[in-house]
Amino acid sequence: MGRNKETLLRKFHQARWDEEIIFEMSVPGERGILVPKAEQAICAEAGDGVSAIPESLRRRQPPALPEVGQMRVLRHFMRLSQETMGADVTIDIGEGTCTMKYSPKVQEHLAARHPGMTEIHPLQDDDTLQGILEVYYKMERFLKEISGLDYFCLQPSSGSQAIYTNACIIRAYHASRGDRERNEIITTMFSHPVDAAAPATAGYKVITLMPGENGYPDMGALKGALSKHTAGIFITNPEDTGIYNPEIDDYVRAAHEVGALCSYDQANANGLLGIARAKEAGFDLCHFNIHKTFSAPHGCMGPAMGALGVTKELAKFLPVPRVEFDGKRYYLDYNRPESIGRVRSFFGNAPLALKAYAWIMQHGADGLREAAEVSVLNNNYLEKKIREIPGVVVWYAQGKRRLEQVRYSWEKLTEETGVGSDQVERRMVDYGVQHYFQSHHPMVVPEPFTLEPCESYSKDDIDEFAAVLRQISKEAYENSEILFGAPHNAPIHDIPVPAILDPENIATTWRQYKRIKGMQ
Amino acid sequence: MKKLGVVVNPIAGMGGRVGLKGTDGTEILGQARQLGAQPESPQKAIEALKVIARLKDHIEVIAYPSEMGENECRSAGFNPTVVGAISSGETTSRDTQRAAKEMAAAGVSLLLFAGGDGTARNICDAIGESAPALGVPAGVKIHSAVYAVSPKSAGEVAAMFLDGRLKNTRSAEVMDIDEDAFRNGVVAARLYGYLTVPDERRFIQSVKSGAIVSEQRALHGIADDVISEMNDECFYIIGPGTTTRVIMDRLGLRNTLLGIDVIGNKRLIANDVTESQLIGLVKGHKAKIIVTIIGGQGHVFGRGNQQISPRVIREVGKENIIVIATKEKLISLSGRPLLVDTGDEALDQELKGYVRVVTGYRDYVMHKVGY
Repeated sequence: MGRNKETLLRKFHQARWDEEIIFEMSVPGERGILVPKAEQAICAEAGDGVSAIPESLRRRQPPALPEVGQMRVLRHFMRLSQETMGADVTIDIGEGTCTMKYSPKVQEHLAARHPGMTEIHPLQDDDTLQGILEVYYKMERFLKEISGLDYFCLQPSSGSQAIYTNACIIRAYHASRGDRERNEIITTMFSHPVDAAAPATAGYKVITLMPGENGYPDMGALKGALSKHTAGIFITNPEDTGIYNPEIDDYVRAAHEVGALCSYDQANANGLLGIARAKEAGFDLCHFNIHKTFSAPHGCMGPAMGALGVTKELAKFLPVPRVEFDGKRYYLDYNRPESIGRVRSFFGNAPLALKAYAWIMQHGADGLREAAEVSVLNNNYLEKKIREIPGVVVWYAQGKRRLEQVRYSWEKLTEETGVGSDQVERRMVDYGVQHYFQSHHPMVVPEPFTLEPCESYSKDDIDEFAAVLRQISKEAYENSEILFGAPHNAPIHDIPVPAILDPENIATTWRQYKRIKGMQ
Repeated sequence: MKKLGVVVNPIAGMGGRVGLKGTDGTEILGQARQLGAQPESPQKAIEALKVIARLKDHIEVIAYPSEMGENECRSAGFNPTVVGAISSGETTSRDTQRAAKEMAAAGVSLLLFAGGDGTARNICDAIGESAPALGVPAGVKIHSAVYAVSPKSAGEVAAMFLDGRLKNTRSAEVMDIDEDAFRNGVVAARLYGYLTVPDERRFIQSVKSGAIVSEQRALHGIADDVISEMNDECFYIIGPGTTTRVIMDRLGLRNTLLGIDVIGNKRLIANDVTESQLIGLVKGHKAKIIVTIIGGQGHVFGRGNQQISPRVIREVGKENIIVIATKEKLISLSGRPLLVDTGDEALDQELKGYVRVVTGYRDYVMHKVGY
């Protein structure tokens, strides 16, 4: 039993249940919970609970929900979970840029079971929300210390939304000065794509800088792009390649010289906690992905939390409400006339704030720095092992270290065997490892893959992960047939790309599914 | 069952190793042979075909006889259907053209050809954009953009196109380099035409990244950005190429794909102008030049748009040059600069530096320019 001690490889095979969609399991009349009838005294007070709702708002027909007993529901979702691979069952260091660190389960218990979380509603009076407001207030202080910036807002429900909010704040700042000439934002090719997309959504033109030999753009490119039209720069550092731009303070200075503001995308902050701060590099704004760096789990397209920070000069533009403390009690402040307004209902995804608060308290300041250091050490160790695998190359900055992640390339493997990153990725599943993240678009590095073995993973985990990629490279050189049609040991073998990417073939709701299948 | 057509120009690449810069013309070919040149294209074609060999039970392969494809197919493990007839050892460009025509008529899903710029021109003459084609690079110096970056990657792109993982195609430039002039150190390049090639995989979206705009939408975005910034008082000199063509299409104007057009106030001023006509038009009139990347080497001036001469560029002014290109095209340069080769070194020097390339609607990339 167990892994082969020499190769570290597993004889993995995933469950295949051929499970129905839950709507197809529905049996009319079957129930998970029989809701008890209200007591007479309550009925006398509240009536039937329906007639108080205006006639026009009442359903004429009950919702078409699946009717399934509890045990079958449990079994259904357990089966589906066995057909997926996630951070809790596999070594999830392939999702570079995602920082798939361990999310301690005690946090989940707090957020999902503590009545201070589960029994509250954001419309309650502030006085009855003191616990969660205190968490928000203290989280803001933690993030101020970590980044050096003066004020934070936890309202956005994703990193992208936080960056969009920063673009709105920059717009409000220039408008407040009567400066309406500035309609351009500058970003870099290896910054996250949202550093281009979010400002574009906020109405800006976007200029992207291409990387030079070092992996980050030359100062000449930035200077060529800066002008009196530049509203701001949005930049990730380290960028997606894992390369830290050591000239970042010069970039910021050059942008400030033309009157632009600088926004620091800190989705890749895991290698910097307690080491380098946005403030010292001169940034005016920044953001953190609470669901990455601070261990709250990724919700698979949400819920997430993007925390954004600003200098005190920009504080008046922050979204409302602000969580404030008067020395005795915490309260929500809506009286901010220059605020850009709301970007999210209520005050964001509160359970994430609680989980991240718990994680920071568990670690302390020294622990955060240690997390950063270990994440970089782990990455250096993995990088050495991956670079030794035949077929792997790493673009840019030869001989220079990356921080917490690396964008690798199978360019050589593809040239020598015809096997590309897609095939390697699919084959990984046969060894019990979730696929990896290739790259954001556009794919500047050919046949890319991006790995980030943050602080959570042991040497043994990293060795096993590297052994899987080494094995697949060996297969590509010796028996590439096996890679086409992989995964062989997963519930789905042949992934129909590109058909699967056509929106016409994708159903995310039962109604869509029935339409596509012609069932209506 | 999908059909793959295979044509090998058996003499392509012979001039390179012996310093002859190409093998166009029988005299040069004889000279190359005397200098001990070995054909390179057969080996390169085999390299590409070996990658495709994993599909051999799922596709039908049609090849031209002997050294023009049949031999290479057999070496790679295929058992091809052989069509046509040649006199082995004495093949010429006419054989290449005939082969391409016959394969297109046979309804091949993809025509894979091994050769250089000359071979691409023969294929272009024979089939134009009527069937998808892809080049296995085996020539000396390849300027045409219809070739994959290496024989193996040609094989990989072809295999993906044949097994359906890659469905999109795009138009790619075929360049006409005058080999006689090239041998004398002068590059006289003309944009010869276009072939339809499979769109490379790196531009195909992968599952996690979400939406990526198709090339067509990116081109519309570029054209709309340029049009939205147009000033009615100004003439616009529209360079050749499929990227600049979209501007004319969006304005409903007749376009010269391989030549230069001039528009003003969003109306056509002149089609397919010469250098002296251009000088006449821009003298004392505000004008802007709109150019894109022509050929596989990254040229924005000096390849296929020589009508926009140093005189024209100086008259219009460096600050009035608008470069447009899709991000994919810029990325395919793998970090190499955009090239200017106007024939006036002082001007090339002035154009060096960084240029803001229009890559979409309100979307730009700063790119290095060199020469």
